[in-house]
Formats: sequence, C-alpha cells, structure tokens
Amino acid sequence: MPAVQETVDQVRRIDVDQYKYGFETLIESDKAPKGLSEDTVRFISAKKNEPDWMLAWRLDAYKRWLTMREPKWAKVDYGPIDYQNIYYYAAPKKAPASLDDIDPEILRTYEKLGIPLREREALLGIRKTDGQNSEDGGAEPAGGNGYGRVAVDAVFDSVSVATTFKAELAKAGVLFMPISEAVHEHPDLVKKYLGSVVPVSDNFFATLNSAVFSDGSFVYVPPGVRCPMELSTYFRINERNTGQFERTLIIADKGSYVSYLEGCTAPVRDENQLHAAVVELIALDDAEIKYSTIQNWYPGDANGKGGIYNFVTKRGDCRGRGAKISWTQLETGSAITWKYPSCILRGDNSRGEFYSIAISNGYQQVDSGTKMLHLGKNTTSRIISKGIAAGHSNNTYRGLVTSHRRATGARNFTNCDSLLIGDQCGAHTVPYIETKNSSTVFEHEATTSKISEEMLFYCRQRGLSAEEATALVVNGFVKDVLQQLPMEFAVEAQKLISVSLEGSVG
Amino acid sequence: MKTAAEAALAEAFAAARDRLPGDDAVAAQRDAAFGLFAKEGLPHRRVEEWKYTDLRALMREAKPLAPPPDAAAKARAKAAGALLGDVETRRLVFVDGAFVAELSDLAHLEEGLTVDSLADALSDNDPVLTRHLGKLAPANNVAVALNTALMGDGAVIRIAAGATIERPLHLLFVASAKPDASFVRSLVVVERGARAMVIESHEGPAGSDYQVNAALELFVGDEAHVDHVKIVGEGADALHVSTLAAAIGAHARFNAFSFIAGGAVVRNQLFLKFDGEGVVAGIRGATLLNGRQHADTTLVADHVAADCQSREVFKAVLDNEAHGVFQGRIIVRRHAQKTDAKMMTQALLLSERAEADNKPELEIFADDVQCGHGATSGAIDDELKFYLLARGIPAAEAEALLIQAFLGEAIEGIEHAGLREALLEAVAAWLKARK
Repeated sequence: MPAVQETVDQVRRIDVDQYKYGFETLIESDKAPKGLSEDTVRFISAKKNEPDWMLAWRLDAYKRWLTMREPKWAKVDYGPIDYQNIYYYAAPKKAPASLDDIDPEILRTYEKLGIPLREREALLGIRKTDGQNSEDGGAEPAGGNGYGRVAVDAVFDSVSVATTFKAELAKAGVLFMPISEAVHEHPDLVKKYLGSVVPVSDNFFATLNSAVFSDGSFVYVPPGVRCPMELSTYFRINERNTGQFERTLIIADKGSYVSYLEGCTAPVRDENQLHAAVVELIALDDAEIKYSTIQNWYPGDANGKGGIYNFVTKRGDCRGRGAKISWTQLETGSAITWKYPSCILRGDNSRGEFYSIAISNGYQQVDSGTKMLHLGKNTTSRIISKGIAAGHSNNTYRGLVTSHRRATGARNFTNCDSLLIGDQCGAHTVPYIETKNSSTVFEHEATTSKISEEMLFYCRQRGLSAEEATALVVNGFVKDVLQQLPMEFAVEAQKLISVSLEGSVG
Repeated sequence: MKTAAEAALAEAFAAARDRLPGDDAVAAQRDAAFGLFAKEGLPHRRVEEWKYTDLRALMREAKPLAPPPDAAAKARAKAAGALLGDVETRRLVFVDGAFVAELSDLAHLEEGLTVDSLADALSDNDPVLTRHLGKLAPANNVAVALNTALMGDGAVIRIAAGATIERPLHLLFVASAKPDASFVRSLVVVERGARAMVIESHEGPAGSDYQVNAALELFVGDEAHVDHVKIVGEGADALHVSTLAAAIGAHARFNAFSFIAGGAVVRNQLFLKFDGEGVVAGIRGATLLNGRQHADTTLVADHVAADCQSREVFKAVLDNEAHGVFQGRIIVRRHAQKTDAKMMTQALLLSERAEADNKPELEIFADDVQCGHGATSGAIDDELKFYLLARGIPAAEAEALLIQAFLGEAIEGIEHAGLREALLEAVAAWLKARK
C-alpha cells in the first residue's frame, strides 16, 4: 500500500526546504587558524586555559588520529572531507561573565529557537510560539508551562555561552556545567571518567573529537539523588566553515537518576559542515540515565547541496549492578547521519534501551542504529526503531546485539520498521545478532507493518474513514517511541513527526 | 600473497592452468577470475560478507588438486548416497570432483533431458557454456572466482521446454580418503514450463581434511517449476565451500533447501535473482552442528522484477562448541513493486559454548512492498520441555521431540514426500548420535 496523501503532505511540511532554523546570527567571533595541526590542538587547549594533563591527552589523541583512516562501511556516500579547510574553534568574541552579560544577538538566537536562557523567563514560562499551544499543559507535575523548569547549557559553535539553574542544581549536589569548566573545577572526576567509555582511539571521528573537542556538558549526579529538573544542552553551529566537536560526559552515581535532553540546529549554508561529537554516559549501581536527542541540523537544500555531516559517537556504560541507560532519538536533520548510540551492559541486571525515529528527506542519508553489548548476567535490552524515508533519501538501520559467553540470562527484543514514501528513496535494515551463550534469548523482528486489515476494519466499522483509521493506528504505532521523550521535547517532536506510517517495510 | 594457503593456490593454478579443460575464451575467464583472487586474497573478517567466516584463518593450507580417482576410490563411492534412503533418483556420481560414468545412471534419459560432464562440454566447446557459464555466479566473490579459475568437472544438464522430469536428478559428490582439493562447477538450464528437481549432495570420509569448492549455476525458465536441494554431509574434517547462483524467470516456482550436517568448516552461498514477474519461491534450510563445526549460510535474494513472493526459513541447531552463521539479504530494486518477501532465521543453542550469529538484512528501494524478517536465538524453551516431562516423557526424548519440531518447520516445506522423510530421519539419526 503506498503512502496516503496526508502522510505525503505531512512529510513535505518537514521537507528540507522547509528548514526553519536556517538563519544566521551576525556576531564577531574568535577563531583558531584554519586547518588541523598540533598547533591547532595547542591553541584550543590554551584558549580553554587547560591543565597540562588535558593537553597531553589531546595531543596523544591527535597523534593516533594521524594514523587512522575514515570508516567506509556505512551505507552513506560523500566526497572526501578536507580536514585542513575547517576551523576547529570558533567562539563569540565577547565572552560573557554572567547571564546578563551575553551578547544580545545570541540571546535572540536562542529565543528564536525557542530556548529560554534567562531563568526568570523560563520560570514564568516563555511565551509559546505557534504550534506549541497544543501541548497538554497539566501533564508535567514538576514543570508548569511549556519549557518549564529545564536547566539549559547553550553551546554556540565551540563554547558554552550560558548554563541556567546552576545554583539550584548545586543545592541538590548536581554538577551541571560546560566541560571546559569541569576540567578546572572537578579534574578528578574528569580524569577518572573522560575516555573511559569511548576510548581515545575508538574510531576515526571519536579520536578527532578527542584531539579538538571544544565544549559540551558535564553532569555529575551524586549517589541517591534524583536530579530535580531536566537537564538540556542546545547545540548551535553558527560560523561558516567551522566544525563542531562537542564532548558530553554524564555520570550518574549509585542510585541516582537524571534525564538529559539535547537539541541541535544550524544555519542554511551551501557547504557541508562537520559535526563530530562524543557523548559518554556512565551509570553506576542502580543509577538511571535517560538521554534524549532531537537532532535537527541543517539537512542541505532540495538538491542535496550543503548540510551537516553528523558523525557522532555516543555510548553509555552500565557500569554498576542494576544500572539503566535509555537512549531516545528523533533524527530529522543532517545531510549525513552516522550515529550508533550504544549501551555496554557490564553490570549484572543492567538494562539498555534504544528508541529511535529517523526521518530522511531530500538527499539525506541516514545510517543509524545501536549496539547492545551484553556482558553482565541477566542483562536486558530493548530496541525500537522506526525509519521513514522520503524524497531521494536513504535510511539505514544498523544494529548489533551481542551476548558474551558469561552473560547468562541475557535478553533482547528488537523491532525495527521502516516506511518508504515515493519510489526514489531506500530503506535498509542491517542487524547483527551474535549469541555466544545458550541461556541468551534474542528476538529480532523487522515487521512489515502495512497496517493489519483487521485493525482498519475495526476502525472503519466504527465510522472512521480509511484515512482516519490509518492515521489512528499509525499514531499509536509511533507513540512507542514518542512517549519515551520527556514532555518538554514531545511538542517539538510531534511537530517534526506528525507523520503516518502505513505501507511500511521492515 | 601472504598466507601459505594463498601461495599454494597460486602455485596450483600456475601448474594446472595449461591442462585445465576449455578453449582460449575459457582460459581467459579462468585468468580473470584468478586475477581477482590474486588481488583480494582469501576473504577475512574485515570483508563484510565474510565477517563471521574468516577463510584466511580457517583455511590454513590449500590442498593439491585431486588427481583422477582410482578404482578403489570408485569402488568405495558405490556405497555413497545412503542418506537419501529409498528415494528414487537418477544418480550422477562424481568422485574427487571427476564425473564417473560407470557409477552414474545415464540409461533411458527422459525426453527433453540432456546430461553431460562439464569436462566434456569444455573440451567440445559446447555452445551452452558460452551462453550460460559464469553468467550468474557473482564474479566478485572470491570463492566463486577460485571455482571459476580451477573448475575441472561437474554436470551440465539441460531440460527442454515443457519437459517434466519425474525422477529427481541426484548429483552425488563423493570425496575419497585422499586429502585433496576439488573444484566442481555445474550448470543446469531448465527451459520454459519444464519441471525438475535437482539434488546436490556432498559426502566424504571422516579423518581426511579434504577441500571442496562447488558451484552450480541454475537457470529457471519462465513458468518452470524447479526444486533444488543441497545436502552437505562432508566428513568431519573437511572444508566445504559451495555456491548456488540462480536466475528465476517469470511466473516460475522455485524451491531451494540446504541441509547441512557435515564438514568442519562449511560456507553455503545462495545468490538468487528474481528476474521475471510473479515468481513464487521458498528458500529453506536446516543446519545441525556438533563438536567444533562451523557452518555459514549466506543468502542474497535479489528482487529485480515486480510481484514476486519469496519465503525464507532457516533453522540451526547448535551443540557443543559449534558455530552457526546465517547472513541473509533481501534486496528489492526500484521497479520490483508488490514484492512480498519474508525471512525467518532461528538458532537453537543446546550447549553453553555454542555460538549463533545472525545477520538478516533488508535493502529496499520500492515503496509498495511487504518485506520483513525475524531472527531469534536461544535455548530450548523450559516451559515446553516441562509440559512434555509432566506427561512422563524422559528428558532426552522431550528435547529430541522439541528439536525435531523446531527443524520440522523448515523441512516440512520440501514438496517431495520421500526426501522429506529421508531428511527427518537424518535428523533423528543425528539426535541419536548426539548422546
């Protein structure tokens, strides 16, 4: 069954030429000299006034990077990247001392993006822009209106420009700050955990990141603390010809809980820009980390020109017993996405989850999925992935589920569905399922959910039109993933994705 | 050239090149194929298609090309083919890769059936070879390339349009006790509307680490109905690599079944191309492994034409330290609308140390299709076992019943009743030997 008109229209609404966040902020910025060399690494480190151990760490990564080659196995196609034609560091000239000191241009940028940086406004609930009115306001008990109480770390090109609610979080003992600050204030924590999940030479892009990472968020939640509010980082690429290399490190100590959201946008430009981030999560005994992403980088224009290359390494380590890490992602942007948020289920009884909706349009190419590495006993994981390909795009799910010899009682359930809209796109599924233990139970399905005739009949019988019936069933179908998003993001997510999913292919 | 096996293969090819059958065109084909091997070497784990079957590590040495079989080897081959029991077939026997006419049944060929040996067809420059040989087997596959370079003999079977061949054709490949290598290549051309069944079985003695590289190219004409069954019952120390490459014409029916129980290292490759519209295909397999056996089934179902239906069901039972691999890819090309393809792969692990690797892939470029795959792996369901125990069935018997039921799902798909029975019996025998 081909897609119904309604779906086609809805997808068009989020098509690449409808990109709403493509404006540019005109401010002066301070850049590193173009290109990558040992000097660039030293320049970035000096800019951040880093201690020697950090510089040594970066230089080690840089040396290793020189010996590595770009990975070619993903189902994506792009010309060679000239690593010498990129600025590895760009920061707004006027460095803000406090929130009131931020360049008003930047504040306006974030306001336009709907991200409140002033706590006062955030507390009052910023005025909702169109489309957000539909949100069900009363459903979030701790929140209040709209973007209720969310602590935001705003990263603009290579630096963090503001972090809100720091004081209130500190009261609970939660550390939330740019990672460049954490290097100074909590070197022990950074030394202990940085690179412990994604090793320096993990892969080409992660190693590049290790050498030149500029900013990102650092979160530490002490034992037994439930983080009092959602934490969030908003990444914005603004400068021309720059790459963004953010680094995020989240540590949830024993028995703690934190929910973290991440959003990304960039201006419309003809050239391709590189975004190579590394995110490391560490969950100790009985801790839980919920990590949500709405990735809406500029996807390129209708002819496939421009757009962000999103080559990201995200990995969580359930280091303690009973730890839980949950990834939720909504991927709509980027010219090319290469991203596999993974869980290392090291602790016994730990749990990993991956919920993903990936929508590709225009000439976008998505190769995304997850890895669930079952190392501990009685570890469980769940993967739900929905891919929607339209236009000339290619959308690939690639996932690995593996159980170690000693990982007795490992369980996995995987479900990945995809939908094609139009006959010029492609949808692909490449799962790797490796069982090295007989007490493992792994189940994988990529169902063809052309919606069952029975369900449609049931709805039709109650007076719904065929299209309404389809929409109803399909909405229920995507909600698996949508309901994993925190309320604050659900609105934005729904706007991006009010897409029905009939006639889908596994 | 890095490994000893690669060097030995190069030497073997250089030495045999001039005496291998075929005219200049075939020689050129051999050179080109060997050129690919020389460039790529034996596939290793960094080559995606061979990720789980690292031939560079698994194939330590390359055995010398097998000489023509002697009388003793031929005499021993008479006892081969027992697995098929009383299934009545027309046998074509190959010993160490060479066709043995006196052991084969060439009398009273049905009308429309032509049987030759590849060695003869190559020597006679049979035009059927120019039209078909090497047209289906993927040239970029190193195992196929080695086969093309070194192919010595095999069967060339033609079935004329509309002919119905009642007796299944049984290509029986027997290895003698000599630790040699054989490269067999067969060609089966079934023309429009014809009906035939081809059984390909491979066996040999335990204790000999011989090597077999077999390839079969199968052309299924429009509206034809063809069944292909492969039985890998090689000796416990053998290395077996085989390839089935088939192109299926419009409105044809095609069934393929792979039964793998023997060999130390087995790689079973199927490349199926749905060339015409309205094909109905069932591709199934059962793998039973024990000890430290390694068996890999790699399947590519390429839907080029619209409106085809394919069902794939592959089951593996893995005991001790056995390693079962299934890689299956369904491709649906841009114009193959209304494709209905479903793939299921399941592994049953009977021992703590067994390993199952599954990689079911979908690659889809058409929007109005129904495709899906499923994969499961795990041990025997305790609840099912308990149900049987509660009814007084001893544990071992209960397990055997459940394993038979598990494999039965795939084996039941075989249309030929006699063959179905024979394979179920082979499963029962395997289970008995397991204790």
